[in-house]
Amino acid sequence: MNALTSHLRKYTAAPVCHDIQINGQLVGLHDSGVLWWPDESTLVVADLHLEKGSSYARRGVMLPPYDTGATLEKLAGVMDAFDPARVICLGDSFHDAGGSDRLPAPYRAMLTTLQLGREWIWVTGNHDPIAPVRLCGETLDEIKIGPLSFRHEPIEKIGFEETAGEICGHLHPAARVRRFGRSIRRPCFVTDGTRLVLPAFGALTGGLNVTDEAYRLIFRRRQFSVFMLGNDRLFPFTASRLVGD
Amino acid sequence: MDAALLPNRFQSWFASRGWAPRAHQLQLIDHLAQGHSTLLIAPTGAGKTLAGFLPSLVELEHRGKRKPGQAGNGIHTLYISPLKALAVDIARNLGAPVSEMGLPIKLETRTGDTPSHKRQRQKLNPPDILLTTPEQIALLLSDPHSARMFASLKTVILDELHALVTSKRGDLLALGLARLRRLAPDLRTIGLSATVAEPNDLRAYLVNQPDPDRRDLSHVVEVSGGAQPDISILDSEERLPWSGHSSRYAIGDIYQLIKAHNVSLLFVNTRSQAELVFQELWRINEDTLPIALHHGSLDVSQRRKVEAAMASGVLRAVVATSSLDMGIDWGDIDLVVNIGAPKGASRLAQRIGRANHRMDEPSKAVLIPSNRFEVLECQAALAASRRGDQDTPPLRKGALDVLAQHLLGLACADPLDAVDAFDEIRSSETYRHLDWETFEKVLDFVATGGYALKSYDQYAKLRKNDDGYWRIANPKIAQQYRLNVGTIVEAPKLRVRLVRSKADGRRAPVGRGGRILGEIEEYFIDQMTPGDTFLFGGEIVRFEAIRENEAFVSRAKSDNPMIPSYMGGKFPLSTYLAEGVRAMLATPSSWKHLPTQVRDWLEIQKDKSVLPAKDGLLVETFPRSNKHYMVCYPFEGRLAHQTLGMLLTKRLERLGAQPMGFVANDYALSIWGLKDLALQFTSGRIPLDELFEEDILGDDLDAWLAESSLMKRTFRNCAIIAGLIERRHPGQEKTGRQMTVSSDLIYDVLRSHEPDHILLKATWNDASEGLLDISRLGELLARIRGRITHTHLPHVSPLAVPILLEIGKEPIYGEAMDSLLETAADELILEAME
Repeated sequence: MNALTSHLRKYTAAPVCHDIQINGQLVGLHDSGVLWWPDESTLVVADLHLEKGSSYARRGVMLPPYDTGATLEKLAGVMDAFDPARVICLGDSFHDAGGSDRLPAPYRAMLTTLQLGREWIWVTGNHDPIAPVRLCGETLDEIKIGPLSFRHEPIEKIGFEETAGEICGHLHPAARVRRFGRSIRRPCFVTDGTRLVLPAFGALTGGLNVTDEAYRLIFRRRQFSVFMLGNDRLFPFTASRLVGD
Repeated sequence: MDAALLPNRFQSWFASRGWAPRAHQLQLIDHLAQGHSTLLIAPTGAGKTLAGFLPSLVELEHRGKRKPGQAGNGIHTLYISPLKALAVDIARNLGAPVSEMGLPIKLETRTGDTPSHKRQRQKLNPPDILLTTPEQIALLLSDPHSARMFASLKTVILDELHALVTSKRGDLLALGLARLRRLAPDLRTIGLSATVAEPNDLRAYLVNQPDPDRRDLSHVVEVSGGAQPDISILDSEERLPWSGHSSRYAIGDIYQLIKAHNVSLLFVNTRSQAELVFQELWRINEDTLPIALHHGSLDVSQRRKVEAAMASGVLRAVVATSSLDMGIDWGDIDLVVNIGAPKGASRLAQRIGRANHRMDEPSKAVLIPSNRFEVLECQAALAASRRGDQDTPPLRKGALDVLAQHLLGLACADPLDAVDAFDEIRSSETYRHLDWETFEKVLDFVATGGYALKSYDQYAKLRKNDDGYWRIANPKIAQQYRLNVGTIVEAPKLRVRLVRSKADGRRAPVGRGGRILGEIEEYFIDQMTPGDTFLFGGEIVRFEAIRENEAFVSRAKSDNPMIPSYMGGKFPLSTYLAEGVRAMLATPSSWKHLPTQVRDWLEIQKDKSVLPAKDGLLVETFPRSNKHYMVCYPFEGRLAHQTLGMLLTKRLERLGAQPMGFVANDYALSIWGLKDLALQFTSGRIPLDELFEEDILGDDLDAWLAESSLMKRTFRNCAIIAGLIERRHPGQEKTGRQMTVSSDLIYDVLRSHEPDHILLKATWNDASEGLLDISRLGELLARIRGRITHTHLPHVSPLAVPILLEIGKEPIYGEAMDSLLETAADELILEAME
């Protein structure tokens, strides 16, 4: 342990998922915000935004420097539970193109340990369009495995063949419901059964409400469901039950 | 006092107006001439402002005209006001005597609205007298030329000092003053104030505090308070409501009062009350009297129009919130009506002072209690006013987020020596308690974020050079600082735009292009679903949709709107008035002044239950429609009660009593559940003394704070003031909404990884005085120790009725977020199974 990792708290996860079908494939949604594809022993995680804190600090905004550690620790907990053979990071894994270079040594070591004995795929994102430096893994713009294709940004079309089976991130989906005059906003998965948007996994990543215009380009109005992240479970809602920000 | 203190020009000017200089005006000239800082306490209408300026005008008169080609003298006098409108107003009023006497004085204002070329010129060629605001002082002091600009400063006049010192703006100003005293060591200050509870606080604020163990005070001149105001409490024929704040029952009486006077000012406590009263008055306004509305959410141009109409005497009445509380002269008001509870004796006195700006005539005021408890509160306020008692809050301890902002400003102006800066800051009364360790932490925060993990050293905003001085790392930091200066953090707001309704049966999307009605807090709109109606700008509107940073509304046909329950403008009951109310309740002999309805109410309470003792706490329990209720009466204000309610339900939950929720108002707190609470108390399973034990402020509080949205809101404000996150500026919202880092996330990460961080400490300090009112809760728990009376009743008591009626109107607390989601999700399942 050194100064950078000593503050970390152990995160434990149970490998219990909410199973749904995407383009005919059985996949599991986990309350940590990752996707588990048992047939391929593949774990998918979106928008880690590692080194977001230091990215802001460069501009004089001194956000707490604990985001990378917190994100990696949570990821380690999830990996521990699922022990995947393959991991796909769905883009924006680093908050900016220089992020992987700035990654402090202890975190680099943590990440490298997580990668050991696994196939690791870095899908590029708009924040990190290039391959991370001094890290293992294969860097791709997108990847298609069986009936599912993995890319960072969704294709802005609805109902076309190339959008069926699309698994993506980028949008940082969040949903809001209202009860008893109070409202609750949580990150969430969004799906219409043919494609799926994952919530952002990183510790300092905000969310964009699924009622935003941006989602109109990929889902038909009110024809999608969300799975809001709770403690140890997911909360499913149909689009009609959700409210805007 | 000798009028010879006044130069001839001044004497003849006074004479030409048929005035004589007043004693306190001359006293002030005398004190200042001897180099003494002075506090002037005077009621409205005493010529306070002129008194403040006279010493400077006299000195500048002696100095004479600047010869052509001679270098400027720098600023002689700074006038600092809490409102920029006030600064502009004073400049106008002061212009008259200056030009009439032909004084060689250049007088200018500087506010956020001053164009940049003029500001630039003011730096190069400063006026003799500059009228400005605390934020502008901070900005000027961060300028590398500030030392030159203020080197010849002789006097600082602080207007409405009693109002300035109660907020973080007062902290910012205190720090600015400390710096000004250093740049101009002979500086004298003049504080202009209304009557306050502790004048010595303000006297200490005005002067340098060189000795940590001794409190130095300024001189003081006190003008005794004019004629006693003529205050009465409305004795309505109508039935007094049990609860609620609408005062609807008294609208007819209020209308008659307006008719019987020339110009009335109607003060209410919240914007929603303002909306409602305005609406109701117009409903019965058969004589179409010109009645207007004024509150902080309305569009600025709208507000200016009302103010102008008021000043020119066109209006018969204005319904206003505290947005009209301060300063500016509104012409000849002959009646102040205070609708709802006054909440504080001094607050009431200042409001009443708005009527009749001539100090020797009594101001006339009528108090309109909106429910039975408020009758007691109004009585207590009336008694306080007769005795001349004040309940202004004690002087604040300087906030750490403001200190962080100030330190960065200092470093922008000049390389900063930590020890010098520390001494300078501690020389202000507001920051005299600051210790070196905390100071260092704040400085470290400004430089690199202050994290135990020293990972940002390479990005430092401030760097300590080999010579030991701290300097800003690059000029961009100064730019950032200038954008972030100030301590007022507005809640995110949306513009309210009037559009045509979707509900008219048109299927087209909501149209654009209606007029802007004003602004409304984002969190208020958050609670609404399209179709909800509310009062805004005097109209009933229907919420349609949110587009970017605008809330679209349409005219609604409903006459029963859902009223906005703004948090803003709701002041908690002052400790002083609370004591008054408790004393009155405990002494039936004092009830003879009360209206019969209220007296009967209390008599029945005495028969059926117990009256709350003056220093104890009454806890009632009773069953009602399958639930068990507990009601207690601490009288410590809504904020402290909310916190207590939150903590008690947490504790009861932990003890297995399964509380279901609670509701709080200014006087009482009620908790309910399915289990028999009384049985738990009497059987000794949960002794009441232990339930209300002071240790509730320990772990339970900590556990709750982790998820409290109040705490998160407080953190956001601190983070913005301290410069951790950037302000949202108008126009930025479009790109900003998605991309800004949410302060809630930062709070969570910081709490779990560095709970001792200085910003969390600042947040805690704020919350304990502010939204959570923990300090007052602590005093309550200490007061009632060993003095709790429990009485079990077969049904609800008269005193408990008001609070029970609030259930369903006020937000109910006490359900965990996840369980809320669960019920929502379960409903969905039910729906699917049907």
